[in-house]
Amino acid sequence: MIPELGHFALILALLLAIAQSAFGLGGAARRHAGWMAAGRSAVVGQFVFTALAFAALTYAFVQKDFSVLYVATNSNSELPTFYRVAAVWGGHEGSLLLWALSLSGWSIAVTALSGSLDAPFRSRVVGILGLISIGFLLFMISTSNPFERLVPAAVDGNDLNPLLQDFALAVHPPLLYLGYVGFAVAFAFACATLIEGRLDATWARWTRPWTLAAWMFLTVGIALGSWWAYYELGWGGWWFWDPVENASFMPWLAGTALIHSLAVTEKRGLFKSWTLLLAVSAFSLSLLGTFLVRSGVLISVHAFATDPARGIFILGFLSAVIGGALLLYAWRAPALKSAAGFEITSRESFLLFNNALLVAALGLILLGTLYPLFMDALELGKISVGPPYFEVVFIVPMLPLLALLGVGMHAAWKRGLLKSKQRRLTAIAAASVASAIIVGAAVYGEVRPLTTIGFALALWVMGCSLLEVFQRLRGRQALPGAVLGMVIAHFGIGLATLGITGVQSFKIEKDVALGIGDATTIAGYDFRFAAMRDVRGPNYVGVEADVLVSRDGRAVATLKPQKRLYNSGGNPMTEAGIEVGAARDLFAALGEDLGQGRWSLRIQYKPLIRYIWLGALLIALGGGIAALDRRYRLRSEAREPAAAADAAR
Amino acid sequence: MTPRRKRLFGVLAIIAGVSAATALAILAFEDNLLYFYNPTQVMAGQAPVDRKFRVGGLVTAGSVQRSEGSLEVRFIVTDNQQSIPVRYSGLLPDLFREGQGVIAHGRLTESGDFVADEVLAKHDENYMPPEVAGSLHPMPATEPAG
Repeated sequence: MIPELGHFALILALLLAIAQSAFGLGGAARRHAGWMAAGRSAVVGQFVFTALAFAALTYAFVQKDFSVLYVATNSNSELPTFYRVAAVWGGHEGSLLLWALSLSGWSIAVTALSGSLDAPFRSRVVGILGLISIGFLLFMISTSNPFERLVPAAVDGNDLNPLLQDFALAVHPPLLYLGYVGFAVAFAFACATLIEGRLDATWARWTRPWTLAAWMFLTVGIALGSWWAYYELGWGGWWFWDPVENASFMPWLAGTALIHSLAVTEKRGLFKSWTLLLAVSAFSLSLLGTFLVRSGVLISVHAFATDPARGIFILGFLSAVIGGALLLYAWRAPALKSAAGFEITSRESFLLFNNALLVAALGLILLGTLYPLFMDALELGKISVGPPYFEVVFIVPMLPLLALLGVGMHAAWKRGLLKSKQRRLTAIAAASVASAIIVGAAVYGEVRPLTTIGFALALWVMGCSLLEVFQRLRGRQALPGAVLGMVIAHFGIGLATLGITGVQSFKIEKDVALGIGDATTIAGYDFRFAAMRDVRGPNYVGVEADVLVSRDGRAVATLKPQKRLYNSGGNPMTEAGIEVGAARDLFAALGEDLGQGRWSLRIQYKPLIRYIWLGALLIALGGGIAALDRRYRLRSEAREPAAAADAAR
Repeated sequence: MTPRRKRLFGVLAIIAGVSAATALAILAFEDNLLYFYNPTQVMAGQAPVDRKFRVGGLVTAGSVQRSEGSLEVRFIVTDNQQSIPVRYSGLLPDLFREGQGVIAHGRLTESGDFVADEVLAKHDENYMPPEVAGSLHPMPATEPAG
């Protein structure tokens, strides 16, 4: 009964989404206050019914209702309650429901918090969000109904993929989707702006906090995914340039470019049409990501779903959304003119470089991700693009980006860099290079060119971020949320760069065959395979090894890597044993029994790897603090960007 | 600068940027495009001998041989028509099993063995790498053992 109610709620949500877009867009076009109000009410209704459908599915999971096909496929009677809830989005249908719920959540938030916008504009935003909701709800109801019954009911479920039975991966999809879908808000603002042909840039001010919030969620989601891959997959890698990772990284790059160009559009009224295009792109790439992951077109570790009918629907939806938005853009954008000029060393031009470099990296990653698909579709051979390609095309634009970042943060709008700052920045640059060489030589015993550049850029970015805070505090200037957020996020970028440089330059990975009592040495650490025992969990059995790590005879840690077999069947799963440290991680994963009492083990030394995720969290924190800046919430009177506000800087 | 010259500079900058990006992409593509071949194509001599490529198929039942207590492993990959022996040293993925689809990255040696530096099996146990699924020949009589 409950699943049928859920299905019914989903259909009602679809009808309300249709009402939402019809009344929203129609009301705005006819300037009909009643229709516009009806559109807003429909948002609330759509959210309520989507949430009811979600609750119904969750209930089916918690109650172990194996007469529902999706529950039987993705859960099991032995699955702990926490993972039974997380299993709601463990498969294709449920993750779409989560997508739709997230979209209706953003819609209701925008509707509730946009009271200060003028009514037709607000109504158009609501209507466009409704159009996107229609697409997703229709997709779910017609091709991927999570409430489909299984007759006769299964005795027990298939189980949630054991790889997904993990805390980080349980919360990874909701965060990722909040990010993906959050870009729909910026998309809707951009489309509404284009429909109205607005010539001013106030929409940039309205869009900024929403884009920052979405970008923050996406950042955390990606970081969690990377962290999970590191400890769960048993390979000890933190980023594989897998198409699915790229699918989430490309919207992030577009979103990063967007939050920077929004700043220019808001403050100076420049880059108007470019910013609109980025807003359309960020959400289009989110949809593309969903399509890549969910249609099964990818040859990927993440591609759990394979069904061509779904692929065709998403492809059609994708073309409608992107094509429609680009047509609107082509029609309206030429009217947008940016009049003001700026100096080559002004903040505007640094942000222009930022955008050019981010978009270059994005384009090259997109090329590498889609190229194999096109080649395959055209029957020109089955190829794959290896991680080294992505490393090169990502690092090359990132080096100048990081170098310019430090200066750009301190450049003033319009005018350029102040003399007093030039001296301080030169000092930071010199100190960064010197420290990078010293750290390489003293800590790692080696000075390599690329490593030195990486360390120097990391220190440079962190130093420049701190300088901003230091100067503001000493000058007793205010530190508004937007500035504080920017500084924290940039410091996080530096920290992540430090971690990436350290781990990519000095990591050691070794596969070994060890018997009980044998030892191997990497990076001065002795790893002794001391013992092996059986373990038993709530829904699995397995073996656990004791790997004693010591350095110069002193014990450092005991790693306990496991190999698990889940009761629901399937292949063994690897649980790595990891000793976390500020300077390095020590990693051991069990391979398999090689006979003669020997086991294969993967032993790794990962210097500074923690700073990658710590940096990512700071980036997200910065985004969150900036999104909450009071200035965005003040009712904006000015139609033109308030350039005066920052002229004092 | 006049607006016209400014626009000219803008266009030139975009052209320079796009050319630089294209050059970078081509350079980076050079060594990092890995082609996929099935064992039949490899045996027919279509696979390159001087560069890395990927070979995929099913692991023949009973073909996995370990040198006891070491990381060296040999197995045979088949598309149900032709087979190719694969050598690998290291940890095999959790999903590696006889009768299941795998993809190996590596090079062909003069003796006709494929020496893999990476072996991939897919996460989902019901999931067959699409290249492998598409390259298999129809099974002669029996289904492969799951």
